[in-house]
Order: sequence, then C-alpha cells, then structure tokens
Amino acid sequence: MPMPDRSILHVDVNACYASIELLHRPELRGLPVAVGGDAEARHGIILAKSEEAKAFGIKTGEVLWQARQKCPNLVVLKPNYQLYLRFSRMLRELLVDYTDQVESFGLDECWLDVTGSTHLFGSGTEIAEKIRERVKRELGVTVSVGASFNKVFAKLGSDMKKPDAVTAIGREDYKEKVWPLPAEELLYVGRSTKHRLNKYGIFTIGDIARADPALLQSWFGKWGLVLNWFSNGMDSSPVARAGDEAVIKSIGNSTTTPRDLTCEQDAKIIFYMLSESVASRLREAGFRCKTVQISLRDNELFSFERQMILSQPSCISGELCVAAMKLLRGNYSWQKPLRSIGIRGCDLVPVGAPAQLTLLEDENQRIRREQLEHTVDDIRRRFGHYSIGRAVNHLDTTLGRIDPKGDHTIHPIGFFRAM
Amino acid sequence: MLPSANKVYVAVKALFTPDAPLKPLSITWEDGTEYEIEEVLDVCRAASLKAGGAGIRYSVRIGKTMTYLFLEESNWFVERRTRR
Repeated sequence: MPMPDRSILHVDVNACYASIELLHRPELRGLPVAVGGDAEARHGIILAKSEEAKAFGIKTGEVLWQARQKCPNLVVLKPNYQLYLRFSRMLRELLVDYTDQVESFGLDECWLDVTGSTHLFGSGTEIAEKIRERVKRELGVTVSVGASFNKVFAKLGSDMKKPDAVTAIGREDYKEKVWPLPAEELLYVGRSTKHRLNKYGIFTIGDIARADPALLQSWFGKWGLVLNWFSNGMDSSPVARAGDEAVIKSIGNSTTTPRDLTCEQDAKIIFYMLSESVASRLREAGFRCKTVQISLRDNELFSFERQMILSQPSCISGELCVAAMKLLRGNYSWQKPLRSIGIRGCDLVPVGAPAQLTLLEDENQRIRREQLEHTVDDIRRRFGHYSIGRAVNHLDTTLGRIDPKGDHTIHPIGFFRAM
Repeated sequence: MLPSANKVYVAVKALFTPDAPLKPLSITWEDGTEYEIEEVLDVCRAASLKAGGAGIRYSVRIGKTMTYLFLEESNWFVERRTRR
C-alpha cells in the first residue's frame, strides 16, 4: 500500500523585522519604513521593508542610499535583534501547539509536519488557517502559510500569496500552480544556476521537471537530479523535531570592516579578532578544527575562499590566525583593498578525540596556550569582551573595536541538515 | 526604542500562589492613584495594536470598567484611553 501523503506547512512571517517594528511603533504605520543595518559601520543595507516601502520599489539587500533615492521620506530604523528573537521564540511556542515537528529556517520561517495532528485539528489547510489567525491575534504580525505534501512545495506556497494568506498546493494541482513559476523560485536555484539553466533553454520549474534527468545530471552533477526531484514533488526530506540541535559542521565568523583593509597589518588585526571568536566558539561547543578556511571580498565585491589543513586539530586562536595569514599571503596580492574577510574552522573533531602528536612541536606549550585561552574566555564572561584583549587591537582604533562573538550574527542554515 | 504614546507602563501588585496562575490585584497609574482589580475576566496571549506590543493579556474589571492589562516579558502596560 502506498504511504499516504504528508501534510507539511511552511510559515513565513511577512516582512518580519519591519512588521515587528511597526507593531511597536503605531505612529509609523502607513509610512514607508525599512529596517537597515548601521550605515556608519558600513552594514548599511535594507534588511526588511514595509508594504508601503515595497511600493517604492525598495528591495531587501539594497544599500541605504539607493533606497533613499527611490523614496526620500523612507523611515529607516535600526535593527533590534533581541526583540526579533523574542518574537521568533513566541512563534515557535505557538507552532508547537500543533506538532512537535517544527523546524526553523532562519528567524522568521518554519516548517511543520502536521501529518500526525490532522485528526485533532483538521486538514493541513485548516491548521494553516488557524495558525495564520492566531499569529495575527497573539503576536500582532502577519504570516503567509504554504500547505503541501512536501517541504519544497510548502515553501513555494508561502511565497505565492502575501501578506496574511494561506496557499495550498496539492498533488492534483501542483502542475498548474508550480510548474509555470520561474526556475529561480525553486529552493537551491540561485543566481548562477538560473543563468546556466536559462542558457540551456530552461526557464520554468516545469521545464526542470520535464527535462531529462540524465541531462540535468550531466550539467549539474547530483544537484541536477535533486532539482528534478524537487520540481516533480519528490522531495521526501523530513521536518526536524522541535529542539533537535543541528549537527555543527563548521564554525566561522566574517565581518565587513568599518573601513577598507589596505595592508597585511589591517588584515591581521581583523583576523586575530575573528580567530578569537571562532576559537572561543569552538571551545564552547567542545570542538577542535582540522581545517581553516578564509573568505575574502574586495572593494568591488569580488569574493573567493581558500583553505588549508592544520598540522594538529586546534581551537587556539593564535594558530587559527597564523593559518589565516598564511592563506592570505599565499593567495592575495593587495591589488585592491579588502572590504570584508572571514575565517572558518572546518573538519571538526570533538575535544576528547585522539590526535597524532608530532615530534616537531612542543605539545606542552600547546596545552598551556589552550588553557590560557580558556582563562581569557572566563575573564570575558565575567567582565565583558573588552576587559582583556590583544595589543594588536590597539594599533587601529577603528578596526580594533569589533566583538564578533557578542555582536549579532545569524548563521546560514542548510536545508539538508535534518536529513 | 521609545514606547508609543498610547502605551502606559504601570506598577502592578500581583498574587503569586503555588497552585494557581498569577493574579494581578491592583494597578498604580502614572499619577500614583491605585486602582483595585475586582475581577479577572479572561487571560490569553494577544498583541496590542493600539499601544504597540505583545504578551499575555488580562481582561480585568476595575469598578464598572473593563480594560486590558498586558504582561510583556516582565513589564505591565495598559492601552491609554483617548477621548474622541
């Protein structure tokens, strides 16, 4: 007997940051409002915008001055992440009333598998309607909900009607509803995949669905097959249970610096700060990394990554930074200044895992350095991040005042983590 | 962030008991006047579009008047009544 279809919902808070701000600022309702990063620290991009701002053609990710050109009266608010996190928590608390399978995708999106709850609360679409109404009443913001038989179509559904709406995509009508959509609407079709698909004459999700899987595989490898499955509704990825922690595969930090970096000395200051944050987070999670990866982006927004394997798994900031600087020296010639840099520890091993020692390095020294960094963690926990720091941070006061660990970070989440 | 003009934070005296939900007993208004809450009619999660906020909403009776009292995190607020 074939398995009955699952009932999957995707809940997306409409213009999340802007809606939460407008709830708390009734006097701004009806005006074009956007939440934007800090322009002085050069994080000046639009993070979310109200419906009124959208009408002026303002887009998420756009730089503030461009947005102001389109709409001189735009009200730009600074983000208040603590408040958004509170709303994200309240949303999850509401959603777990319907199922324990609630998987967050960022702060403002969740998937739910309500297959096991339909006998209690009604069909997937009925549950979607209940959630939509309750979120509006209890949280004061609106959501769009997609209801379907898999996660990919549920997500597409939540994008179809906005704001404050429910869209159902069933097995009987997905070809009419999903297939005419542009290919880039499908999860995992980014800008470059879209261009390549278009080059091969594939423009809609239906084109991907009808394309020969072997051909797609020859173009995109296994991802070609995945896209073909997705577009034919054959996504069987499960919705993770609420509270399931994602398996950490790597820990990284990056930053757009307050001014462009023009020399090795500048990069060193930032790499030390980022390494300290990454090393501290590795220690917190009980890992050491075997590989260090750096990402560089120049002032013309060209970016690339390089990585190297460490001689010993490490969670010592000094060692991570030395590796990062080595990668930088070997791969960057400073023809253009750097705008943003990042460092990541990959190939993680648990702290207790056995490691092959080398004859060339003094392991006792390494143990002492690691203990020293634990002590620094403790001092920072008790007295604040800036209570102790490296002398290198004082070489440049503009660059030296960043706390990558304490400052807000949202780490990208992979779709397949639950698989 | 400044609270909106319609959001009035108030002091609340409340009763905490081991086997019953939290019960607000009185509200102290901005001018220092204390009003006794005679009855709690309903408790639910709700947003206040008028004052701007969201939390647990207590529908309470003070004298003959029914009003909403919100508990937002650890702060209590009421919606300011405006004359039309």
